[in-house]
Amino acid sequence: MGLLSRLKEIFTGEDKESGKKPVKIPVVDQEKSGPVKPVEETVEKPMVKPADVKTEQKLDGEIKEEKPVVNKITVGHVHMSGCTGCLVSLADNYEGLFKILDDYADLVYCLTLADVRHIPEMDVALVEGSVCLQDECSVREIKETREKAKVVVALGGCAAYGNITRFCRGGQWNQPQHESFVPIGDLIDVDLYIPSCPPGAEAIRNVCVMAYLLLQGTDEQKELAAAYLKPLMDLAKKGTEACGCDLMVDVINQGLCMGCGTCAASCPVRAITIEYGRPNIDREMCIKCGACYAQCPRSFFNFDVMNQFEGIIEAIDGAMGKGGE
Amino acid sequence: MVLGNYKTAVSARAADPEILKYSQDGGIVTQLFAYALEEGIIDGAIVAGPGDEPWKPEPVVATTKEELLAARGTRYTISPNMMLIKEATRSYGLDKVGIVGTPCQMQAVRKAQLYPMAMRKVPDKIALAIGIFCMENFPYQGLETIVEDHCKTKMESAVKMDIGKGKFSVYTERGALSQIPLAATHKYEQPGCHVCLDYVANLADVSTGSVGSPDGWSTVFVRTKKGEDVWTKAINAGYFETKDIADVKPGLDLVTKLATGKIDKNKKTLEERATMGVGKGLRNPYI
Repeated sequence: MGLLSRLKEIFTGEDKESGKKPVKIPVVDQEKSGPVKPVEETVEKPMVKPADVKTEQKLDGEIKEEKPVVNKITVGHVHMSGCTGCLVSLADNYEGLFKILDDYADLVYCLTLADVRHIPEMDVALVEGSVCLQDECSVREIKETREKAKVVVALGGCAAYGNITRFCRGGQWNQPQHESFVPIGDLIDVDLYIPSCPPGAEAIRNVCVMAYLLLQGTDEQKELAAAYLKPLMDLAKKGTEACGCDLMVDVINQGLCMGCGTCAASCPVRAITIEYGRPNIDREMCIKCGACYAQCPRSFFNFDVMNQFEGIIEAIDGAMGKGGE
Repeated sequence: MVLGNYKTAVSARAADPEILKYSQDGGIVTQLFAYALEEGIIDGAIVAGPGDEPWKPEPVVATTKEELLAARGTRYTISPNMMLIKEATRSYGLDKVGIVGTPCQMQAVRKAQLYPMAMRKVPDKIALAIGIFCMENFPYQGLETIVEDHCKTKMESAVKMDIGKGKFSVYTERGALSQIPLAATHKYEQPGCHVCLDYVANLADVSTGSVGSPDGWSTVFVRTKKGEDVWTKAINAGYFETKDIADVKPGLDLVTKLATGKIDKNKKTLEERATMGVGKGLRNPYI
């Protein structure tokens, strides 16, 4: 909200606090406010009066009311024990993130981007990182997230499967007792997983758009969004453990692997090679992020959604403001 | 719907005699990628290039026509082309990636575009996905057994392999032809192929295969806007000879027949899997 317009100001270079801006305004508004404004063109004035800042905030408020804020969903980013890589991945949508925050979602909680100290009520909570059992605050916060959010999303391998934090054994300065890190699903019910370390920026974007359609779209859009999100919800029901071994247990052992090589491409640590047309997992290197299994076309494949890939990609591009080439 | 969504279907072959010389049928994939490379529609293509052992393909990123020519022809064994999909955008730095693959690999491409969980910066870089008709695939050792044990031909002396008219054929460099009935090869198929419900690469931009067209020609389905765009441009530039699919001999009826056959057979496999044990079954990947 306020944060967004502030960010936009920074990125579009329209910083109203600087002395240059008042020069521009009189030119545009000359008809209305006639000869009064040109007086402000003197450089000294903004330096004297910090009251300019307040004027800016009033403008901000007006803009807010003009927008159809009612239809937006509220989203929060809850940070547990993680490296902030997932948040960076979200931010890597670049202008797409602004589009999301402009039209689809209000960021109501985010330690790095929103100045809010306590977890508020929200529609969707994106949780990054695993929960440290020895950290009271983390345990309390994850429970609070579940209570206050309608939908809890495990964003990334740590929240979904523990990922690299599974290998912690404590002994770190200055909290040597912090040794047990569990995926959030071990403490609360999670509605949806977005696996991998970190999840692709586009995956987060797609889920955001689909979540918006599910909550605010037409009946047809709701149906599509539900079909799209279902496999990710099924992953959340499946459990809180993932490993490259899933490929062996759930794909090769089940007689489903056809050696397409997707798993090798998806592994963020290159622990997977293809031997004899099948994935070979270096288990010493596997970080348990769940990427390979989630990305495998034989782990899940919903014809309802994927047969319409062209339309869906166009729709998402359109929703993100890339349509009409 | 057996043949998937498509905008046009034609019988075609490459206009370039150099490509046709060692191509499997009409040389569609090689010619279309060569055209797309020339025109800058793609920066490179992931193709099944030559590997260490004879007839064992290895996925490579081809960025020149020479590399494409080295990869032409069909090898009836697994080439994990998807393995390079992310690498092509990283190490090779391609912005517009072409990829050729079997129907299952096209499914993987589309899944990677819609659910790009571990496919960062991949979805918008797929510029042209060409699918090839596929009934089933053999593991390399399976193919070796078929060629060496059943066809009594050394892998390294084979110059071409072909499946058609109910037979598996191996041509040698000295002009000999060894054929066995296709039925004898079924036991060497990889099991993962038996749950696949797609014969004609429904999810590709352009899909192609020999079935339905006369010898030396290929049937081509143009399926998406992207595919149509590239195909129309290539036709207008004179890169392909075409015939109306309605006028050629076996025609789409045969393609429909084979596609239906694959779907029926594999649906049955899926049903059997569901009750394979006593009160227990195996997983259905289609949920």
